[in-house]
Amino acid sequence: MSFKSPLGKAIGLGSAKHGFNHWWLQRVSAVALIPLCAWFVFSIVCLLQGDYETAVIFFDSPIQTSLMIVFILVLIYHAQTGLQVVIEDYIHKKFVNLILLYGVKFLSVLMAVMAVVSIFRIGA
Amino acid sequence: MAEFTLPKNSKVKTGEHYAAPSGSTNLRTFKVYRWSPDDEKNPSVDTYDVDMDTCGPMVLDALIKIKNEVDSTLTFRRSCREGICGSCAMNIDGTNTLACTKAIDECKGDVKIYPLPHMPVVKDLVPDLTHFYAQYASIEPWLKSKTPVSPDEERLQSKEEREKLDGLYECILCACCSTSCPSYWWNSDKYLGPAILLQSYRWLADSRDEATGERLDELEDPFKLYRCHTIMNCTNTCPKGLNPGKAIAEIKAMIAEKNNG
Repeated sequence: MSFKSPLGKAIGLGSAKHGFNHWWLQRVSAVALIPLCAWFVFSIVCLLQGDYETAVIFFDSPIQTSLMIVFILVLIYHAQTGLQVVIEDYIHKKFVNLILLYGVKFLSVLMAVMAVVSIFRIGA
Repeated sequence: MAEFTLPKNSKVKTGEHYAAPSGSTNLRTFKVYRWSPDDEKNPSVDTYDVDMDTCGPMVLDALIKIKNEVDSTLTFRRSCREGICGSCAMNIDGTNTLACTKAIDECKGDVKIYPLPHMPVVKDLVPDLTHFYAQYASIEPWLKSKTPVSPDEERLQSKEEREKLDGLYECILCACCSTSCPSYWWNSDKYLGPAILLQSYRWLADSRDEATGERLDELEDPFKLYRCHTIMNCTNTCPKGLNPGKAIAEIKAMIAEKNNG
């Protein structure tokens, strides 16, 4: 039972005064992934032609290593922002919502760190 | 969690069948959602056969004929019968539209009539729009200006400035768009929905309004505005042919300009 007015309910806690950055960076990362994905697919197809040594030489190049790290970081960031939207849309139980939101964030950071460490250990 | 199935007491059953008077040849069948708060029954879909030779061309004509001649308990809102009041918004033939401007000829097979989707039902085809109207009030839909104007002066607008309101001022707040939006279905407690966001943009686009900054600050919120995922059901369903999806995109562009310069 509540005597709170409909307007009071509609206003709720008011505007969070953020949300633009999340929306904007999701789109910026999507655009960045267009050339990065093209580079990634092209590189992988090329690497499949060669043996393990070719791949080690490939990752010896600072340009290729940097591109690979940037690609993976942007990819994981984009996936995380997308999953965040899905969770916010559909999971309304506050506790489950928080567990999932921060679970996805934690896994994203873990995957990003693992990917970077792995790239530096290629051929080591 | 979003609910994907109806609760047990909301499952829709088959209802009564009202045949047309004998001798009618030009028949159309109307299947209408019925629910009354006065008994404990589940909602049902009643079937009415209507003689089109004695019925007007619009779906609202058929509903009024049914109410007058067959079943006076059938409950729906209507007023202007010419698409300007927005009262008779309902889901007809699978699309939210105004019963008064929807021709029966445009519907294929049986004409299925339901209340606006995912809203609490007051009775039959009457949805509870209290929260929708409260959300409209929350955006403070009136001209805000600090520049003093004496009572015998007008706030002038050029022809070009006035043209920016075309496609916005025509909105009659019938709620067809908002109730067609899946984001509004799942998060209407916080998400303003396409109708209210189009109305917000109507004031953002008004050259005489001086509260643009404050209005944008109030809208920048992960739920109030950014639940719009450009699904575009709003624009597809608008019975006035407006484009709430574009209005929302314009708001996002204004906030981007404010943040990025």
